[in-house]
Amino acid sequence: MASSIRVRATSNGDITEVQALIQHPMDTGFVKDAKGELIPAHFIQELKFECNGKDVFVADWGTAVSKDPYVKFSFRGARKGDDLKISWTDNKGGSDTITAKIA
Amino acid sequence: MRTRLALVLGSVSAALIALTLASPRVIAADKVDPAADAKAFQNFFFQKFPDVKREDFVNGPYSMNADMKRQWQEKEEFPPYEFALDAGKEMFATPFKNGKSYADCFPNGGIGIRQNYPYFDEKEGKVVTLELALNRCREANGEAPYSYVKDEMASLTAYMAFTSRGKPMDIRIPDDPRALAAFENGKRYFYTRRGQMNFSCASCHVQSPGERIRAEILAPALGIVNAMPIYRSEWSGMGTTSRRFVTCNSQTRAVPLEPQADEYRDVEYFLSYVANGLPISGPGARP
Repeated sequence: MASSIRVRATSNGDITEVQALIQHPMDTGFVKDAKGELIPAHFIQELKFECNGKDVFVADWGTAVSKDPYVKFSFRGARKGDDLKISWTDNKGGSDTITAKIA
Repeated sequence: MRTRLALVLGSVSAALIALTLASPRVIAADKVDPAADAKAFQNFFFQKFPDVKREDFVNGPYSMNADMKRQWQEKEEFPPYEFALDAGKEMFATPFKNGKSYADCFPNGGIGIRQNYPYFDEKEGKVVTLELALNRCREANGEAPYSYVKDEMASLTAYMAFTSRGKPMDIRIPDDPRALAAFENGKRYFYTRRGQMNFSCASCHVQSPGERIRAEILAPALGIVNAMPIYRSEWSGMGTTSRRFVTCNSQTRAVPLEPQADEYRDVEYFLSYVANGLPISGPGARP
C-alpha cells in the first residue's frame, strides 16, 4: 500500500515551501452510513513536520478538518537536500510517517 | 383596429401556411447523420465561446472562468485524484485469482485506449462503455463486479484515462442501423426535458455553460466526458461517468436510471462521439 502522505517541499534558498496531502477519512462521528448506523469518529489528532531534528509545524486537529486534508505552509532555516519528516497519529491509534527531501 | 386585427390574423395564417409547406422538408432532413451532428455541436460551442481554445473545453468549468482556472491550475500541481490514480495503477497491475489480468481483456493491454470507449458492439447490438467492459472482464475471470459509480471503478478508469491523456477522442459509429439508433437515442435522451424542474441535459450544458448555478459554474457539454472520471470537491471523492449522469438526473429532480442502463450508455455514446478530436483529459478535478 502506498503511503497515505504526499508531500512536496521546495526551497528558494531562504524559505522552504511545503505542500502536503494526507489520505484520511476524518470521520466526525456524526455521520450515518447507508444502514443508518453512526460512523464512529476517526480523525487525525496530531500532524507533525520535523526538519533537522526540530519541529517546524505541529497541528492538533479535531473533527472539524475535512477528509483527505491538504496543508500548505512555509518556514525558514532549511536548505535544499535536507530531510523533512512528516508524521500523523489519529484517535484510533493509527499513524503514518514519511520522509521527503527538500528540493 | 379592425384592419390591424386582420393584418395580425393574416400573418398568423401566412405563418401557418409556411409551416405546413415546410414540414415535409423537415422530415426529409430527419435522417440520422452523426457526422453532421458532431460538426454542428462543436461549431455551436466554438462560436458561442470564440475565446476558448478548442482543446480547453475538456477542462469543463475551468475553460469558462479565468479565476477558477487559476485556482485549478494551482490545484493540479497536487491533484486530489492522485490517491485514486495510484490505487488504480496498482489494481490494474494486480492479477485476478485465476492468474489473468485486466490487460488480457483489452486491446494494447488496456493502456492508452480510453479514447476508443464507448464503442458499439456489433455482436451484442449495444453500446459498451469502459466501465461495463471492466466489469465484464472481472466477471469473465470469476471476480465480483465493482460498483459503477465510485471507488474501485473510478480508480481503474482514472488510471486508464491517465494513460490516454492528450489522445483525441476517437469514437466510431459503424454502418449499422442499430448503432445509428443508439446514437439517436442518446441524442434524444440528452435533449429531452424531464423531472420536476423540467430540465434536459442540454438546458444546463448547452444553453448555459459558463453561467452560475448557485455557486457552481456550469460545464460545457462539449468534452464533458473527456475528463471522466472526476474528483469532485462536492462529493469529496471520485465519481465515474455513471455517477455524473445519476447525480445530474437527481439534481434536476428527475428519477435517475440504473447505472449503465441502455439510455445512459447511449447518451455517453452520443456525448463521446460529438467530442471526437478533443483530447482525453481524465482523470479530472471539479468543484
